[in-house]
Amino acid sequence: MPRSVPVTVTVNGSTHEREVEPRTLLVHFLREELNLTGVHIGCESTLCGACTVHLNGRAVKSCTVLAVQADGQEVTTIEGLAPDADNLHPLQVGFWEKHGLQCGYCTPGMIMAAKQLLDDNPNPTEAEIREAIDGNICRCTGYQQIVDAVQHAADAAGAA
Amino acid sequence: MVTFRPNSVGKAIKRREDPRLIRGLGTYTDDVKLPGMTYAAFVRSDFPAGAIRSIDTTAAADHPGVVAVYTYADMDGQVGPSPVGAEMPGMGKADHPLLADGRVLHVGQPVAVVVAETPYAARDAAGLVEVDIEPREAVVDVEAAMAPDAPKVYEELDSNICIQIPVPNPEADKLFEQADQTLSMRLLNQRVAPFPMEGRAICAHWEEGPGKLTIWTSNQAPHFVKQQIAMCLRIPEIRIRAIAPEVGGGFGAKIPTYPEDPLLCWVSRKLRRPVKWSETRTENLLGMTHGRGHVEKIEVAFQNDGRVLALKGQTISELGAWRSFYGPFIALSTHTMSCGCYDIKAVAWETFAVYTNTMATEAYRGAGRPEAAYIIERVMDEVAAATGLDPVAVRRRNFVDKDAFPHTTASGAVYDSGDYEKTLDRMIELVGYDDAREAQRQARDDGRLVGIGVAAFTEVCGIGPSGGTAPHQRMGTWESATVRVEPSGNVTVYTGVSPHGQGQETAFAQMASDAFGVGLDDVVVVHGDTDQVQHGVGTFGSRGIAVGGAALHMALTKVHAKATRIAAHHLDAPVDQIDYEDGEFTVSGTDRKLTFRQVAEMAHLWNVAVPGEEPGLEAVARFEPPGTTFPFGAHLCQVEVDPESGQIEIQRYVAVDDFGVVINPMLADGQRIGGVVQGIGQAMWEEVQYDDGGQLLSGTLMDYAVPRAKHFPRMVLDNTVTPTDVNPLGAKGIGELGTIGSTPCVVNAIVDALRPLGITNIDMPAKPERVWQAIQAAASAQ
Repeated sequence: MPRSVPVTVTVNGSTHEREVEPRTLLVHFLREELNLTGVHIGCESTLCGACTVHLNGRAVKSCTVLAVQADGQEVTTIEGLAPDADNLHPLQVGFWEKHGLQCGYCTPGMIMAAKQLLDDNPNPTEAEIREAIDGNICRCTGYQQIVDAVQHAADAAGAA
Repeated sequence: MVTFRPNSVGKAIKRREDPRLIRGLGTYTDDVKLPGMTYAAFVRSDFPAGAIRSIDTTAAADHPGVVAVYTYADMDGQVGPSPVGAEMPGMGKADHPLLADGRVLHVGQPVAVVVAETPYAARDAAGLVEVDIEPREAVVDVEAAMAPDAPKVYEELDSNICIQIPVPNPEADKLFEQADQTLSMRLLNQRVAPFPMEGRAICAHWEEGPGKLTIWTSNQAPHFVKQQIAMCLRIPEIRIRAIAPEVGGGFGAKIPTYPEDPLLCWVSRKLRRPVKWSETRTENLLGMTHGRGHVEKIEVAFQNDGRVLALKGQTISELGAWRSFYGPFIALSTHTMSCGCYDIKAVAWETFAVYTNTMATEAYRGAGRPEAAYIIERVMDEVAAATGLDPVAVRRRNFVDKDAFPHTTASGAVYDSGDYEKTLDRMIELVGYDDAREAQRQARDDGRLVGIGVAAFTEVCGIGPSGGTAPHQRMGTWESATVRVEPSGNVTVYTGVSPHGQGQETAFAQMASDAFGVGLDDVVVVHGDTDQVQHGVGTFGSRGIAVGGAALHMALTKVHAKATRIAAHHLDAPVDQIDYEDGEFTVSGTDRKLTFRQVAEMAHLWNVAVPGEEPGLEAVARFEPPGTTFPFGAHLCQVEVDPESGQIEIQRYVAVDDFGVVINPMLADGQRIGGVVQGIGQAMWEEVQYDDGGQLLSGTLMDYAVPRAKHFPRMVLDNTVTPTDVNPLGAKGIGELGTIGSTPCVVNAIVDALRPLGITNIDMPAKPERVWQAIQAAASAQ
């Protein structure tokens, strides 16, 4: 079998040590090793955004990050965004309120990409939202209700 | 018919599906994990046509972690051929094997499957299988494939023509002689990729002990999967459980049971281990069925006042290399829907479905109807140009009158209901049409290429009755529902539709909540599992509400009737003296009452049994649609073309649709906007391309352009309500409508922008390069 290397990654606040093949992609590490199946695979080429997670607080597409590159780093996935159903992140609330999802496959990546936007720019315009999620494809919604969802989250954070 | 008080139905209720999905807790097929899991990878043909000289699997089989490698020879006739639904006497056809059987017919065809302990090992080893193919000349262009001397996809057939259906009409010939004017057009409806965000994924699990096969598959119609796997593997369907868990989009391409489905079931049975496969995006673009792929030739006879008298059309549909589930029949609905919203006197048509050495085509959001709407809506604009009339005026002149329903068209469709003027009027009002045209005139005076496109369209949904539209198809078009009331009064709904984003877990909970006066949280909707759900059909053809919802209404009505009888017995009153409202049964004119929950408990207790009634409170219903529904709409798009680059900016999009009675307007808006954007994707960017030799050029997201958020302005939506009487809900269907209306609307806008330059058509996709070249050609012609 191929050789393995040790990695230690802190994911959603918990530290995990594993032996992985050097070529293991972060998305496979999260899904297969840690059972974080909210991280989805859509294109394996950085172009669709379904696998978006945060690495040290910045959105990355985990299909083109190696698990070894995350060694010693902190990863946040959709599963780490809310502690439980009663304490959803404003973006999760926004997506629910505004019908920002249909099949749900792009949703975790879309939310993580939108989180990057709101972290950087708490009061984005519609054009800024559309630009920020340009790396994330949704085939169901036509995006308008996703824009509304992100706006809803921004408004909620602003009001808080 | 019972009308339940609409406390919840008609309201924008938040989805019941979302709490799990927004937290990443949905279970899609690739998320399924079983002990002893193996992983499959496919070896696919690199050649579009050829004979397999040899397949050497030795190195792959020896690769660390590999469990097995299989080719066609290993199947030994035990499994296959690939399932097909479209059968018709006289069609040119051949069986399609699950793995290539000595010849390959298209790039991407599965040739061998490698099974390993890890996905990485499976993919590594797949690269070690050596397939030696003697290439032969491929036929790629659909019109070239019709030539008598064209290379044949199937050497054993007479030609590449699978079906040819002429529908001549002497009346049309006569009207063409009498008409003031005629025009002809050649329209291309290019091949597109359905591109659901989740590609195909399969997990097959044969359990030797009980002799039971479970397949999780990302599919829109798991009951079909069950039947077809049974036929393919030659095992009784009662030993098969098909589960469509969370499904990440389908758009028609997940209706078929693919060759990979029964094949991996066979592998699991052979290995006695579960096996899982999720396609890569390139495999998805290569090996998931494509949509559209039509060449249309159309002649139009019309009067100087814009009145269209007759159509003569020819549809040539690219079938690809083999018959997918429904592929050969899709083009037939292009003829059926050719009249659109218009009262056209005569239609003559000829439909071809033709094999080429490319991936098979199948239903894609609209499936034959978008092609029809594209033809007739492009025709209306060209008639307007030829007569000097406004495109809106030409449409009004030809509309079927609102008092003329049900209306039988010249192509044989029976439209249930419609009021096209009302919907168009609302759109015109929302837009401020005259002002928009005036602004366009000013922009043109300034030398800007601004275009306004209109589409007033109708389509057909909720197909039925079974066999009524395609008598040879191996499928019913009814739908089923079971309503099971627990002793507590909580309700489980089992539906035969298999939603994958449409939101029936919410819409159906709204209906059940209204029927029994229970909360939305007291209803669970179960779907997509053949061991849980009574037999069903699935989600496609905009049928979830119009057919599945109608079945649910029937089941709710049955349960309600029984609950009323139980209540009457315990209230010691005749049934016709029982009033019902909001979960309470009351003896008319008294305060004697029972709640629905009390009745539910009584229904399950032997000591309070009702004479003549079975215990329990449950009903199964199947709705067979007596006819089809015809939703409609009026859309407007405004674009501006940059003459220097050919870039098109969509400046405005307004959609007013009529889809009958609405269960949840928020869900309906989602379907509409999503559909419009998908249709615009086809109009402007998307195109599956093969080169002349049959190699796929659009095999990655670098080469296949899917719409992204910044391509679009905010859309304006409204709707009118014209109910249908073909189902008890009055709902018409919504899933495909946006896609059907938007494509011609946008192309009409682009052509309108370019018409001052003398340009009268732009084939889709209207990529900047194509638009720029058209502008250059027009300039040099002047």
